[in-house]
Amino acid sequence: MNQLDFPILSLMMGLPMLAAIICLFLNAQAARWLALLTTFVMFILGVILWANYDIGGPQWQYVERADLFGNFAWALGIDGISMMLIMLTVFLMPICIGASWESIQTRVGEYMAAFLFMEVLMIGVFAAQDLFLFYILFEAGLIPMYLIIGIWGGANRIYASYKFFLYTLLGSVVMLIAMLWMVQDAGTSDIPTLLNYDFAPEAQTWLWLAFFASFAVKMPMWPFHTWLPDAHVQAPTAGSVILAGVLLKMGGYGFLRFSLPMFPEASEQFIWLIFALSMVAVVYTSLVALVQQDMKKLIAYSSVAHMAIVTLGLFAFNRQGIEGAVIVMLSHGLVSAALFLCVGVIYDRLHTREIDRYGGLASNMPKYAILFMLFTMASIGLPGTSGFVGEFLSLIGLYKVNSWVTLVAATGIILGAAYMLYLYRRVAFGELVHEDVKAMPDLSLREISLLAPIAAAVMWMGIYPESFMAPIRGDVGALVARIDRAAPEGDAHLKMGEVKAVAKDHAEGEAH
Amino acid sequence: MGIGNSLWLVSPEVFLSISSLILLMIAAWRGEKSARLVTILAAAALFGASTLLMVLAHLPEFKDGASAFSDQYRMDAFGSTAKFLIYVAAIICLMVAPRFFQSGGKYRPEYPVLILFACVGMGMMVSATDMMTLYIGLELNSLSSYVLASFIRTDVRSSEAGLKYFVLGALASGMLLFGISLVYGFAGSTSFAVIGETLSGDLSTGPLIGLVLVLSGLAFKISAVPFHMWTPDVYEGAPTPVSAFFASAPKVAAVALTARVIIEAFGGQTSAWQQIIVFVALASIILGAVGAIGQQNIKRLLAYSSINNVGFMLIGLAAGTAQGVSAMMFYLAIYVAMTLGSFVCVLEMRDKDGNPLESLSSLAGLSQSRPGLAAGLAIFMFSLAGIPPLFGFWGKFLVFDAAVAAGMLPLAVIGIAASVIGAFYYIKVVKIIYFDDPSGEIVVTGHKTENGLIALMALLVSPLGYLTIPFVAPITAAAAASLF
Repeated sequence: MNQLDFPILSLMMGLPMLAAIICLFLNAQAARWLALLTTFVMFILGVILWANYDIGGPQWQYVERADLFGNFAWALGIDGISMMLIMLTVFLMPICIGASWESIQTRVGEYMAAFLFMEVLMIGVFAAQDLFLFYILFEAGLIPMYLIIGIWGGANRIYASYKFFLYTLLGSVVMLIAMLWMVQDAGTSDIPTLLNYDFAPEAQTWLWLAFFASFAVKMPMWPFHTWLPDAHVQAPTAGSVILAGVLLKMGGYGFLRFSLPMFPEASEQFIWLIFALSMVAVVYTSLVALVQQDMKKLIAYSSVAHMAIVTLGLFAFNRQGIEGAVIVMLSHGLVSAALFLCVGVIYDRLHTREIDRYGGLASNMPKYAILFMLFTMASIGLPGTSGFVGEFLSLIGLYKVNSWVTLVAATGIILGAAYMLYLYRRVAFGELVHEDVKAMPDLSLREISLLAPIAAAVMWMGIYPESFMAPIRGDVGALVARIDRAAPEGDAHLKMGEVKAVAKDHAEGEAH
Repeated sequence: MGIGNSLWLVSPEVFLSISSLILLMIAAWRGEKSARLVTILAAAALFGASTLLMVLAHLPEFKDGASAFSDQYRMDAFGSTAKFLIYVAAIICLMVAPRFFQSGGKYRPEYPVLILFACVGMGMMVSATDMMTLYIGLELNSLSSYVLASFIRTDVRSSEAGLKYFVLGALASGMLLFGISLVYGFAGSTSFAVIGETLSGDLSTGPLIGLVLVLSGLAFKISAVPFHMWTPDVYEGAPTPVSAFFASAPKVAAVALTARVIIEAFGGQTSAWQQIIVFVALASIILGAVGAIGQQNIKRLLAYSSINNVGFMLIGLAAGTAQGVSAMMFYLAIYVAMTLGSFVCVLEMRDKDGNPLESLSSLAGLSQSRPGLAAGLAIFMFSLAGIPPLFGFWGKFLVFDAAVAAGMLPLAVIGIAASVIGAFYYIKVVKIIYFDDPSGEIVVTGHKTENGLIALMALLVSPLGYLTIPFVAPITAAAAASLF
């Protein structure tokens, strides 16, 4: 069956599902412990998955298939990219549970059940090998997220939850029609087969647009991003973490898994659209982030800008661009999650997200200030942190295709530095003017143990990215080979210059 | 085919008719105290009829169906599947009724008897292969329904519902009858098969008007837009078990009947009926969704929800293929589970003194006072909205799959986009249940039967429902194949 001889992916979906159902019937403290224990076991399972992943082996590993449902199958299997995203999920989940330990006091059982159910769906989305199974799991995420925002969210949670639900639903339904058409045309809903099926170029245009509608909303790309700031601001801290950390990656994963390899010609045809929207997103949302008064909103807008780098890298059609985009996804998953946790830490103390209410935290919360500084730098893309690797690679890949777009995209890094440093200055530096801020205690052991693993992962990815790039290298290679026939020509027509005679003489002279 | 053979083919209807006549006698002689006994016996009769149905369907000589009474009636997989759904829905409506009526001391043995008569009529409807059988079946069902709607005589709303249903129903019957006579005039026969043969090629104005009128009459029965106006009023006014009944069994019968008329009698006139069905389907989806948004009464909301769902079923029919009809049947089966589940939840909405509550606001914060009931209702709402992984999604999936296969991409795209409007009011109900502060109005725990039914239906529409696909899909496929 696979290298472990048991269906580990089904187990990774069944275990949290079971725990979620049990959580519904437990009291608060028991539910917390069960959720933590389950997510921790899941993390260990994830580590086993990674440790046994055969780099350079077959493209699809841990494959399992059961024809349970007539029209579609329970087909799971992962490649390197899926595995890294599953790792991200199982890594963030225990942290989410930990982050909700004290801040969630009402209906804890239901809360933990919703998160565990979310975990099932996220793993399922990344592991699904059947088109319809993917769709079902992709859409199903709406229900627990709707409840998480609506029940445990902030003051304006009802509006935010409606907006989140309807916006993403509207984006996705047309994709279902496209999928139905694809399956009828290709005669199978098996994703690995579809990846190598050539749809007629005219059909590709429509199919691409239908998928784009879904993934652009999920991603989110400008101008379909307006649900994100609302959802983030209103969601509880752990909800924001999972939203920014994993759910947004589903859009990028969708482009990577479906739009590019299944519709290469259409992807090339719409490259202008992706570039245009992404350029606007990088500049515009960064500027919007600069003037935010609400910390969560600021980070939400910065997410939109970072995701634009992902789309730019993906649609560069070359290895650097796509590998970079995957790394940006992973890095942003860690960094934005950590930043939301940082906001959550001080929100739990002062119950406001308004930036002006803070200031001078570096003097009374030094540990917090250090960790917050690290994540700020990672968000900016400082070398040595994960952000640098991904953004640098994406921009290199993009530069091969279009230097002007790269120029605009690179301003995003400068603007990113501007809004993040400005945020950091206002929160951590300056005088401690507010009495209540002065009284805020530094990080507790629980909070340190939430942030420290992420900090370690961010540094690891920044200093030795090879660990994360090795598993995805083969799959990116396969993808590049698949889409190469449609790859756009770069705008830089490099020519090897004439070797100058003087230099030659000089070289000969030295030899003598 | 001899008369004996014919009687054997209609044995479920014969059995039900005799049973209901006997029960009527019991009710007449024993009076109101026999209500409980008659209910149990009626449920047993329906169970017996279902058994007969299965026996008939599995007899090798009737494998491909058989006609009775000179092609007036046909026993086939399509009819049997529809009838099975109808009987199951009717049994459930019988199970929940006594408790509802007893709280007001108004339960009478006529209720189960009327349900049985309606079931006989519905059985005739779905098996009719002649306009006359169709009309008789339809009227038998309708007349029982009118009485059921006004079952609580002392309640003004119930009487109003019955009267409204009757007047509008009579109008629809008139249109249907007029359409039938026009079609008969041009085709020279009332038999579906003969009509189908005669009316081939270009349709002249006369039979076209006949076709439109027949479809209008049927659209009234399935409460499709633009003949839906009676639905919210009747569902709201009728006693809740009766509303549950209207939303399930007669809906199955009418939708199945419409499919049979369209495919068998007008199968050669696809261009003539297809545009009508497409219009009616989209109009029902959109109006059913928009109309529900402002509703404050949960029964009215569910009425609009049924209009909305009928629109989706008609998309399967609009495809005009065996795949489409099969999808429609599967949708019907899921819909029956969802809608009955929702109505049983409504039945459990009672205040401290056991009086029924119907306003949406009384559901506020239900998840804290009655978590089980809240979870059940939320599952039904998400499922009716067609959000995966709940099983309601599968019905939509199948009908859109059929529409896409038939090359009706614009219909599929508009239909599915309009389903998002519908999602809004379904998630509004979930919002009231889960996000709002408790109103504390619903505190009484439900009855065992009701709770059990809710749990069963919720389980059916939960993701576990997907496991039933390999068993149900061949049945609906066989049902659809028997029409073509």
